[in-house]
Amino acid sequence: MKDWQYRLAEHRGTLTALFIFVVMFVIYTANHPAGFTANVVQTAANKGVLLAFVAMAQTLVVITAGIDLSIGMIFLLTNCLASWLVVGTPLETAFGVVVVLAVGALCGAINGAIVIYGRLQPIVATIATGAVYFGIALLLRPFPGGSVNENLADALTGRMFGSVPASLVALAAVVLLVWVPFSRSVYGRAAYAAGSSETAAYMSGMPIRRGKFLAYTLAGFVAAIGGLFLTFFTYTGDAAYASGNAYTLFSIAAVVLGGVSLFGGKGSAIGAVFGALAFRTIGDLLFVFDLDPLWQPLFQGLILLVAVSLGAFALFRVRNRLEWFL
Amino acid sequence: MTRATDRKPGFLRRFDPAVLTAFGCIILLLVLGSFYSRAFLSPDYLLQQLKVASFLGVIATGMMLVILLGQIDLSVPWTVATGAMMACAAAAYGPVGVALAIPFGILCGVAIGLVNGIGVAYLRIPSMIVTLATNAVAQGVMVVYTGGFSPQDSATAAMRYLAAGALIPGIPNVVFIWAIIGAAMVFVLGRTGFGRAVYGIGNRERAAYLSGINTRRIVMIAFAVSGGLSAFGGALLAGYASKAAQSMGDAYLLPAIAAVVLGGTSILGGRGSYLGTVAGVILITLLQSILSVMQMPEAGRQIIYGLVIVLMLLLYGRAPASR
Repeated sequence: MKDWQYRLAEHRGTLTALFIFVVMFVIYTANHPAGFTANVVQTAANKGVLLAFVAMAQTLVVITAGIDLSIGMIFLLTNCLASWLVVGTPLETAFGVVVVLAVGALCGAINGAIVIYGRLQPIVATIATGAVYFGIALLLRPFPGGSVNENLADALTGRMFGSVPASLVALAAVVLLVWVPFSRSVYGRAAYAAGSSETAAYMSGMPIRRGKFLAYTLAGFVAAIGGLFLTFFTYTGDAAYASGNAYTLFSIAAVVLGGVSLFGGKGSAIGAVFGALAFRTIGDLLFVFDLDPLWQPLFQGLILLVAVSLGAFALFRVRNRLEWFL
Repeated sequence: MTRATDRKPGFLRRFDPAVLTAFGCIILLLVLGSFYSRAFLSPDYLLQQLKVASFLGVIATGMMLVILLGQIDLSVPWTVATGAMMACAAAAYGPVGVALAIPFGILCGVAIGLVNGIGVAYLRIPSMIVTLATNAVAQGVMVVYTGGFSPQDSATAAMRYLAAGALIPGIPNVVFIWAIIGAAMVFVLGRTGFGRAVYGIGNRERAAYLSGINTRRIVMIAFAVSGGLSAFGGALLAGYASKAAQSMGDAYLLPAIAAVVLGGTSILGGRGSYLGTVAGVILITLLQSILSVMQMPEAGRQIIYGLVIVLMLLLYGRAPASR
């Protein structure tokens, strides 16, 4: 295989996600009454980045062959916390942002510690920690409310240079400052290796525990960035159980659409980001075609079901039936 | 995997330490509760708890079957709601509908379970993912069906009788239903080829396949049974409350998994007894009851739930270290 072919194969999932997103977005804007304007792009971006952050967080865990079912609850918890702390003078606001991000990272680190050092199954462990995080969110905000530093919120949800949505710039910055350094570091490679084959990675002396732990922690951190942005968009904190669950669910859909293997070891957060944007655009397609919004949950569920079923095509490549059973 | 009980003498060897721990915790909770109020040890209170536990017990039975396979069923919330809503919906179609209300609700649950089973067994999608997806689809269908509100149809007399009535005065019918389903489960798991196959697949699907078991069919059936039992639990709940509600199933996913896992069933599959699940269900129900008697707000209950599950799992649910 030539060098460029190899590189193409490596990024096929990400490129497919990019392609799906572009096609969906073109259909969306072509049918939108307002057309392709800065306003339409900004609204779409603001809706999309929330899921993109959560999906990026989910990717970090999924590449280690784990899953984080508490990610939506970390997102809610940081949203509720931000609605208390990210207010007041610039200094207080900055302090609030730091605390919110630290709490998110702490939540992720707790998940990581329980899964890696406690040796529990990620599914059950994160469902349980998710309940705890939701409980704390509910303690912080029994009723929707609170406020946020509106100058900061407007700056980060508005437009830069007149046309580029600031939220997209922030998303790109997080990808460049968190994902790229991580995935290229020794620990990032260890996380990939652990997802691909934990035993082999262990035998090769890779720092799999620290790699996985870092992945879980960063997942909480990135989810907290998502939670901050939710606060910037809504100006309130709201511990809504259904919303947290929906974000967890959609993050998995976005990860799958983004070409990240749920068995671990394969895929990129950039793919998941495009997967998230594509998933949001598909959901919004219903509106531009004037369908009843009641159909949206069903439509999104079906997309998810079809997306996860697509993975089954790999079965046709299986030569030996014993490979069915991993 | 060697059992920790290998060297213990006599009667202790026959019991899983997890099951004993769970029963120990039940007694501990009752004793602690009785310090708070005398009423915790009265027969009325205990029967009431058993009645509340029965709904969870029916749902947890299906969950246990799936967990024994080493899989998980996250579609419980909306399977419960679907079972309840469809059973109530059937009741609106005359006497035939009323007669078929419960079977129809169960059938809808079995259909959801079949989709799960086909996805897991034949398409080899991780169970966690496919059940999350079918949960979303079931939710979508129900939202379209009800128009986003709680449905107006009410439960049939049969559903109410099964859930809230008492054939023998003092002992609610739903306790009998749980007992019958539990007995059937014990029989199936211990005395039939299907049950043995479930344990075999949970231990090592590859080995089970090589010994000539049609593993894919067994997995599919197990998911269908789990869906059916969830829906039946939903129909009973609808009978108890005399109607179905949008998010009635949300409160059953975590407790069902917790009950099974706290009862000593390995989340990795292949190991666990129904007695443990019974203990887990009663333990969770008592915990809920005591927290609500102490007027703990929802937030505190969620936190305590999560913590109890993580702590109990850390005590005896850990995977072996990688070597």
